[in-house]
Amino acid sequence: MTPPQRRRRQQNRQPPPPPTPRTAQQGDEKAPERLYVVAGPDGERADIDLVTLIVARADPPPSATPEQTATLRLCAAPLSVAELSAYLNLPFSVMTVLLTEMLAAELVQARAPIVRQALPDRSLLEAVMHGLQRL
Amino acid sequence: MDFKGSDTIPGPRTEDHLPQTAQAAVKIVIVGGFGVGKTTMVGSVSEIRPLTTEETMTQAGVGVDDNYGSESKTATTVAMDFGRISITDQLVLYLFGTPGQERFWFLWNGLFEGALGAVVLIDTRRLEVSFDVIGRLEERGVPFVVAVNSFPDAPRYPVEDLRSALDLADEIPIIECDARRRASSRDVLMTLMRFLHALATAKAPA
Repeated sequence: MTPPQRRRRQQNRQPPPPPTPRTAQQGDEKAPERLYVVAGPDGERADIDLVTLIVARADPPPSATPEQTATLRLCAAPLSVAELSAYLNLPFSVMTVLLTEMLAAELVQARAPIVRQALPDRSLLEAVMHGLQRL
Repeated sequence: MDFKGSDTIPGPRTEDHLPQTAQAAVKIVIVGGFGVGKTTMVGSVSEIRPLTTEETMTQAGVGVDDNYGSESKTATTVAMDFGRISITDQLVLYLFGTPGQERFWFLWNGLFEGALGAVVLIDTRRLEVSFDVIGRLEERGVPFVVAVNSFPDAPRYPVEDLRSALDLADEIPIIECDARRRASSRDVLMTLMRFLHALATAKAPA
């Protein structure tokens, strides 16, 4: 029996174009105003990855929204943005906007992820291998 | 997006809390066609019950789906299941896999850019569903290994036949696994890590 045949592709020299940012004008008719309420009017977002670890720095101020209060409660211990998104049932992009505001207000601290470099750190890879061996 | 208020939201179980010393996280992405066992693999090695995060994409289907002539763009929700493995008190590994349509999650900003590497999980009964995923990883320059999830009724090809069919370079590891078993899934991740280590060693200045 002969399996189906694939053809290899070359790596793109040009990085792929960034996804078009979502805005209320682009036909997201479900609830664009909801984004505004959760995340504030400012379109700027912090550089937040799915695996950025978030830690609470303060108690919820009296002005905190329910989403902010819930986030602060969840990340009393460090928690990734992906986990926050899952527990709060908020899409990742909404979570990043919410966290951007909370970072600016110094309610939370972000511990940046280690991203793949052109030349990966071998000691990092070895640490991961060592951890996996103990599973 | 039905926010229920802070009192009703379940958080991590006490035993699932990361230590305060957790400083940084890395991620690996598990990719493959629908039903190939990605979520099973995430669940078999994760220390937490797998969770799901979602993203909504309003532009993703344009020019791809058969919606020509339609002015209203469809919103597509892409769900990703993920799990977690604590490596040390400071370092955490996250594993992401998704049962969604593959073309969408390559639009998920940052998912692959920051990943250490990827596992392509394949089912030899439907080898061709993995072709597009592998091509996109090649285009992006994301290092990957291929894991063959061994279903009982799946055709078994010699590894070199699979390598030829998938048009993979000689150095890319191909391994068999049983995604339901923790030890087997762990071995897949170890194979990826050894491959990444070999790449790093080869690229390192003498």
